[in-house]
Amino acid sequence: MKRRKIFWRRFFRVTVSGIVICSMLFLLERLLVPKYSVGTQDGAMIAEYYDDAPKHNLIIIGDSEMYENISPLVLWQNYGINCYIRGSAQQLIWQSCYLLEDTLRHETPEAVIINITSMQYAEPQKESYNRMTLEGMRWSTSKVKAIFASMTEEESFWEYVFPLLRYHSRWNDLTEDDFRLMFSEEPVSLNGYMMQVGVKPAENVPAGRPLADYAFSDVCYEYLDKITALCKEYGVELILMKSPSVYPYWYDEWDAQIKEYAEKNQIKYLNCVNNEEIGLNFQTDTFDGGLHLNVGGAEIYSNFLGRWLQSETGISDLRGDSELSHEWEQKAADYDAKKSEKYRELTDS
Amino acid sequence: MQFVSYSFLLFLAVVFVVYYLVPGRFQWMVLLAASYVFYLFAGPKYLIYIMATTLTTWLAARQIDNLKARQDLYLEENKKSLSREEKKLYKTATKKKQRLVMLGALLLNLGILAVVKYTNFAISNINAVINLAGGKPLGFVSLVLPLGISFYTFRALSYLIDVYRKTIPAEKNVFKFALFVSFFPQLIQGPISRFTQLESGLFSPHRLSWKRVSFGLQRILWGYMKKMVIADRIVIGLNTMTGDTATYAGAYVLVEVFFYAIQLYADFSGGLDMAIGAGQIFGVTLPENFERPFFSKSIKEYWNRWHITMGAWFTDYIFYPISVCKPMLNLSKWSRSHLGPVLGRRLSVYLSSFAVWLATGVWHGASWNFVFWGLSNYLVIMISQELEPLYRRFHQKFDVNGNLLYKIFQVARTFLLMGFLRMYDCFDSVLTTWRMVAGVPFGGNWNILWNGSLMQIGLTAADYVILGAGILLMFLVSMSQRSGSVREKIHAKPYAVRFVIWTALFMVVLLTGAYGIGYDASNFIYNQF
Repeated sequence: MKRRKIFWRRFFRVTVSGIVICSMLFLLERLLVPKYSVGTQDGAMIAEYYDDAPKHNLIIIGDSEMYENISPLVLWQNYGINCYIRGSAQQLIWQSCYLLEDTLRHETPEAVIINITSMQYAEPQKESYNRMTLEGMRWSTSKVKAIFASMTEEESFWEYVFPLLRYHSRWNDLTEDDFRLMFSEEPVSLNGYMMQVGVKPAENVPAGRPLADYAFSDVCYEYLDKITALCKEYGVELILMKSPSVYPYWYDEWDAQIKEYAEKNQIKYLNCVNNEEIGLNFQTDTFDGGLHLNVGGAEIYSNFLGRWLQSETGISDLRGDSELSHEWEQKAADYDAKKSEKYRELTDS
Repeated sequence: MQFVSYSFLLFLAVVFVVYYLVPGRFQWMVLLAASYVFYLFAGPKYLIYIMATTLTTWLAARQIDNLKARQDLYLEENKKSLSREEKKLYKTATKKKQRLVMLGALLLNLGILAVVKYTNFAISNINAVINLAGGKPLGFVSLVLPLGISFYTFRALSYLIDVYRKTIPAEKNVFKFALFVSFFPQLIQGPISRFTQLESGLFSPHRLSWKRVSFGLQRILWGYMKKMVIADRIVIGLNTMTGDTATYAGAYVLVEVFFYAIQLYADFSGGLDMAIGAGQIFGVTLPENFERPFFSKSIKEYWNRWHITMGAWFTDYIFYPISVCKPMLNLSKWSRSHLGPVLGRRLSVYLSSFAVWLATGVWHGASWNFVFWGLSNYLVIMISQELEPLYRRFHQKFDVNGNLLYKIFQVARTFLLMGFLRMYDCFDSVLTTWRMVAGVPFGGNWNILWNGSLMQIGLTAADYVILGAGILLMFLVSMSQRSGSVREKIHAKPYAVRFVIWTALFMVVLLTGAYGIGYDASNFIYNQF
């Protein structure tokens, strides 16, 4: 009787203590993790995807050349394409691969566009970029695989599992926003598009430096093969794309390799570098000297992309879907409001 | 695998579960397997070294025991036919064989240690001579320094010598001996335990004890506090200062003395806390290595309370053997008759102590800095010993014995003296150390202590607050330890109080520990993109 009493008393203590400690750790973690929506916003979009209804007929996966250059609203309004951009800063090809795998777990779009700029990187680059891509992913085998493929030498898997271990020292930098946004972050994108309104003409663009070796690494091809296989498995049309930009340089040798790969695997490849058909003016349509497009440039480019998708892939026009139309009406209003606000901020500054 | 790593915590948890799941008689095998897995993490190439030491010392000890057994059997069988003289001769011959076996294993293992640890130091010294003669310098060799080699070699040799001295019988099971040599909690930084200290803990079955396991975990947590909150934080400032001797001279060296004392103690004793705590989880009581050393009133006392197991090893296996060896006894006899009874008696102590401190210095590292550090300690201890009568008279005359202020003065004096001696460890050469220490009074920069200069050495105001609180906590715990185990005192309190104390300590380590990428995670995310 006495032993049983002792057992239950211990059991109660351990349970209550465990609950208290876990609650404290949970609250501390929510407080200390960086709030991308008020900080480096480029890390916010991956997580925002899960809040949108999984009814997209086009998914775009890639780095800033995707999420700053393509306006999903234009694709919807002019072509009826319900698109989402799963973009993150300097997204690497294996991250794109696992983001695709993750996306296909939620929905099966008609087409997927992959930005192939990342084929130039055979190794993980920076922890901060990794974090911006991986932290927003929901836990799944894809996320685990993405983490292991992405970690730099100094990173630890456990710090992804328990972000508190990574951000423990942020207690010294906490702001009011960290408390305000503990449990819910404010959305920063429209279907993964991050709007930029400034103008910085492309001037004095440096010429491409000759490289010792132009061949993409086997590792990158391995992941590109996985992407191709995944799309085939799910019956999704894969499109490889190089977004329009004047810098960083996209070498002809790189272009030739992607062309060859696309032909071999019967995939469409759209290289938009120096493509006059698009109608971009890099004196007015870029906000950072030719690296990325501003909202004006993104709308022009999206119009081109929509036209190309309709003619080359026959992607469906979903404007007849009343539910989607209603959702996009709201999104259009948000888009316009944001655009006005950003222009106002630009004028004020 | 470092103690301060996620992999170690995971490893410890897995070993813990397996250890208490298997029947008691197999528990030591789990520890042996775990220890070799732990060692394997450092690199498979290191295994050969620890296996070689284990096998050679075990075989030598067994051979010593066998010789003794053979002798006993022979004497028993021939006890009637052998004369006393013949028996004595037989015993002497056996002893000689035993000594040869012991010396062979001793030299082999010390040889391995010397080669991997000191070859490049020897080459650099030979090159210095060659350079003077204008010759072509020798190339350095690339040798791997196996994990914990100094510690496990000393542990194995202490066992061998104890068997030779018949203090302990030789262990018959090579695997059990292998566990004694390789037991993973003490592999990296010791303590240098003896076979008799660990034997029962390692090989007896242990049932899961809630109190023992929680005490072990508490000790580990306390070690993490010292290491991660204090040592790994203060080292940032220390490295800034010692890495730029041109800028950080004069009064900065005084700050370095203080910083390094704290860093070294928190780092080393913190690591030992983790080792002892990990041992306790498995029911193995490792010997203590520190006993509040900064409360010492003299250098001699300090060395009885700092790195205790190393000091004991050198005393037992270097000081005493040298003191009582035949040449030393002859020298002592000669000096007593030629130099007088006082000096004659002390000469053997001086020489034996010299050997001990030279070995201590060399053991700490392959550089002249450590040799000078060891010999400086020797010099200070010998001078203190010679001045002892003078101190006694002073204490009697001014009646300061038991005076609190005088005790504080003695403690501060010892702390500073040891702190300055430790500076050999901080600078790249002996000459730089002398220059930096001698320059303390002449730097003309005492204002750095209050004008904010110490905020420019890589530590923020928040870091100083954490360090101050951490050091204060360490001091208070040390004070409390004088009247018994702090964990026992906390254990006697109601559960809610215990829970608050240990949870608070856990949160302190978790939030203020200097760990993770670049340590300043927030800066990394926000500034580098």
